Amino acid sequence: MNPKVTRRRFIKGVVASGAAATTTGVWYAANGQNRPGGAVERLIRINVNGQMRSVDVAPQETLASTLRYKLGLTGTKLGCNRGECGACTVLVDDVATYACSVLTHSMKNSRIETVEGLESPNGDLHPVQQAFVEELSPQCGYCTPGQVMAAVALLRENPNPTREEARHAMSGNICRCGSYDSYLDGVMRAVQLG
Amino acid sequence: MAYMHIGKNFVPPDVPGKVTGRIKYAEDYAREGMVYSRLLTSPIPHARVLEIDASEALAMDGVFGILTADDVYPDGEPQSTGLKILTNEPTLVGEPILALAAIDEKTAETAISRINVTFERLPFVLDPLESLVEGGANAYPGDQNTFVFRQGFATEKWTEDQVASFRAGNEPTAEPQQTWSLGDLEAGFSASEFVYETTFTTAGYPHHSMEPRSAMAYWEDGKLYLHGTSQSLTALADGMAPIIGVPKEDIVFINAATGGGFGQRARANSIPSMAIPAKLSQKINRPVMMRITREEEFTIGGARQGFQGWIKVGFKPDGIMSACDLYIISDNGGKGGGGDASSAADCIDVLYQPDALRFRGTSIGSNTAHRGAQRGPGQNQIAPIIAPILDKAADALGISRLEIRKINAPRNGDVAGPRQTPFTSAYVPESLDMATQQFDWEGRQARRRQRNGSKVIGLGLGQGYHNAGRSGMDGIVTMGTDGRLKIHNGVGNLGTYSYASTSRAAAEVLKMPWENCDILNVRTDNHLPITSPQDGSNSIFTNTRTMFGAATDMLNKMKEIASSDLGGDPSDYDVSNERIHQIADESTGYTYAEVAQRAMELGGKFTGEADLPEELAEWTRISVSRLAGSAFMGVYHDPRHEGNPPGFTVTCCEIELDLETGKYEILDMVTIAESGTIVHPQGMENQLVGGAVWGIGLSGYERHLYDPQNGLPASTGYWQSKVPTYLDTPVKIGTGWVDLPDPENPVGARGIGEPSMGAVSAALTAAITDALDGHHFATAPITADMIINHLAGTEENAAPLAQNNFRG
Repeated sequence: MNPKVTRRRFIKGVVASGAAATTTGVWYAANGQNRPGGAVERLIRINVNGQMRSVDVAPQETLASTLRYKLGLTGTKLGCNRGECGACTVLVDDVATYACSVLTHSMKNSRIETVEGLESPNGDLHPVQQAFVEELSPQCGYCTPGQVMAAVALLRENPNPTREEARHAMSGNICRCGSYDSYLDGVMRAVQLG
Repeated sequence: MAYMHIGKNFVPPDVPGKVTGRIKYAEDYAREGMVYSRLLTSPIPHARVLEIDASEALAMDGVFGILTADDVYPDGEPQSTGLKILTNEPTLVGEPILALAAIDEKTAETAISRINVTFERLPFVLDPLESLVEGGANAYPGDQNTFVFRQGFATEKWTEDQVASFRAGNEPTAEPQQTWSLGDLEAGFSASEFVYETTFTTAGYPHHSMEPRSAMAYWEDGKLYLHGTSQSLTALADGMAPIIGVPKEDIVFINAATGGGFGQRARANSIPSMAIPAKLSQKINRPVMMRITREEEFTIGGARQGFQGWIKVGFKPDGIMSACDLYIISDNGGKGGGGDASSAADCIDVLYQPDALRFRGTSIGSNTAHRGAQRGPGQNQIAPIIAPILDKAADALGISRLEIRKINAPRNGDVAGPRQTPFTSAYVPESLDMATQQFDWEGRQARRRQRNGSKVIGLGLGQGYHNAGRSGMDGIVTMGTDGRLKIHNGVGNLGTYSYASTSRAAAEVLKMPWENCDILNVRTDNHLPITSPQDGSNSIFTNTRTMFGAATDMLNKMKEIASSDLGGDPSDYDVSNERIHQIADESTGYTYAEVAQRAMELGGKFTGEADLPEELAEWTRISVSRLAGSAFMGVYHDPRHEGNPPGFTVTCCEIELDLETGKYEILDMVTIAESGTIVHPQGMENQLVGGAVWGIGLSGYERHLYDPQNGLPASTGYWQSKVPTYLDTPVKIGTGWVDLPDPENPVGARGIGEPSMGAVSAALTAAITDALDGHHFATAPITADMIINHLAGTEENAAPLAQNNFRG
């Protein structure tokens, strides 16, 4: 695991910032459009799903905003935009990361993976995706890309987790439909699918 | 009965899109020339807008216009408690006052910051009982605090002594707004051996659907294209058209997937904010995207009504519930409301069949978030309150906890509710047996209240109920000359997969392989029939009836064509292997492609151009008229059914509660459904485990928190009104179902979404009570702090029965 970006450290940071969020301006601040006077977007290159992508990025722009609104990768969902729900989970150097809570400018030397990058070139689903289909893990589906990415991160680090280990590893991702049982069934089936 | 599709698992066609991120929710769309809307919302809980000065904002580069309540309600705002599109009379923090469109959200936010709104502050109130007391503030316009059906706003006040007596735990003495009763209450209590009486509270809390209710709209050739979120495509679009002010034939509602719908996205009047981009787009002639934040979703996304109640229940020596007296003050919030309280009483009548029951209720506004239907409105709030009372009665009368529930359980032929409606079918004793056997309820009794250091075991048994079926909707199926079956389905894609499972009833009738069926949904210009709103657990019952009916109409037309062309009587024909053929000679017949071709040649009723059911809804007629002549068509209007199709659940659970921390772990849980024939087992399991998580939230975590000084909401996110996580729920939830067919549904099915929550909440609360030697909090949620305070003998710091605060 990348020692610089652990889920624990990440969540701690998010909880601190989430507590300060106010009713107005949250979207606007997180969307990178609340730039101070004189701040301008800069063209940077980031590695997304194995491709180097050039993109103009504002100083406070979050990775979720860049992925969704500049690169068109709308599979990454925004449920809360304040580090509470996990719907925007992507992998940064194999670590499950809330894309709403990291700045795109900090990603220049990192490898970013989104749900769109999991399928094989011939269109085969990733084993986690296939398992989630077979177990009918999603309900409304809005949290599903985040759940998929959290499960992929888990299985890369621990290819044979127990259900209890999977439960803890997935606990940063909320499912309002309450489909946790079905997601865990999916993770355990993905272990079998390899 | 042997079915081809019913009762079998399948992959709903949208699931691959959900795991790959390809399926689109409203905010995933973009349109050439799209501009962005932001909302200016009320910063205070109760106010009147005196003046809006937007001149500086409108002069900014990149600002295209604003929309105010005066624009959307030129004749004045509706005088009701209903949520408005925009308002000049906000009654809750965060209520939308105006919307502004600009080239980007940065510009929109900056422009909004330059709008001067002059508010007149008005007194606000957070707790209905504080409003009820003489001199208390009132939440609604005109200094009023309640709304009376067909009369309008009104004011309801109790004396200080009446409120104080209620808070002290006594039966309310004031006249209720609403009442109904069954049987002889006095005689019921006279016959009782055990009588239990208590006041109680249940908390309101937000829906918190994962997808905020963002929407995007544009106009093209006089038609409105609205990308939004809903629980039902056609029920919502049918109601949204008049809210926006567009003819039904000129609205196209697009909604491939909905990121969670638990009541507040079922009907247009609970989500009028979708009219904002539509009307703003019409005003500025550009596509408008309105992204909704989590905080805005909290405010306008709807919440459960909280209860402040009093209940008295009597049981005869043999355990029969002889009388139940219920008085509930419902927290209507700043907007909205609901009939939760009466539904709670109905639920008790259904589940326990008391000899006598009286319901009394009064609804009072508070300047808190919008209230409305939320998963089992009323039935589920009362579930955690009543379950421990059953256990107390069982212990007092020397009857087992299981037996007292079986004694009182509804059965086939029973009736319930204010109209004493008969059940279409009911197998609750069978459900109790299945759940307790699967859980080994009897075997676990020896573990009850066992201590292990600071931890203690608690066992709980709970029941859930919701009315689970409607009728009177329409169905459309078509077939082209390729012989594929197209099922036009207006059911929303909110995560239950009922849009797909109800479609299988049509495939079943025509014995059509699933791979040769196409479900047409996603957008209303796929010519969809009217459906009921997908709320109230009704989808499976209601829409399998319409799908089955439409396919049966097509089947009958196939038989008519075949017998006319090939000889014999229509009754001589049947279908198999995608052919209509003579029963006696299967070689004589048509393939589906051929019979569709013949239907096209014949036209008229075979292609929807004549002899349509007279009762078709306006929406369905528009859809049929646009399809007419283009395909072989089956069309159906569903007549009304008889009786109450119930959804029942039973849950058993075991917890280990830590007496030092007040926290508990759910060691095991089994939840069983009794909802007729199971159409889609995996979907059923999802509803059961999902409802279980909601039940755990109701019993343990979810609540509304408001700053009492300023009326500011403190639970706008997922943490303060905590949605249960993986770690708050069992490692594995056991499920099962009775699977006996209901006679009022052609495939025997009834719904289950809502009762799946109530039984779990009842069982978990009963288990907490059990672990605490029977201490009855008579509240939901029961938090760790409350448990610790109880064990320490510390009094709570909230006023008794308080709402919208840390007590819950």
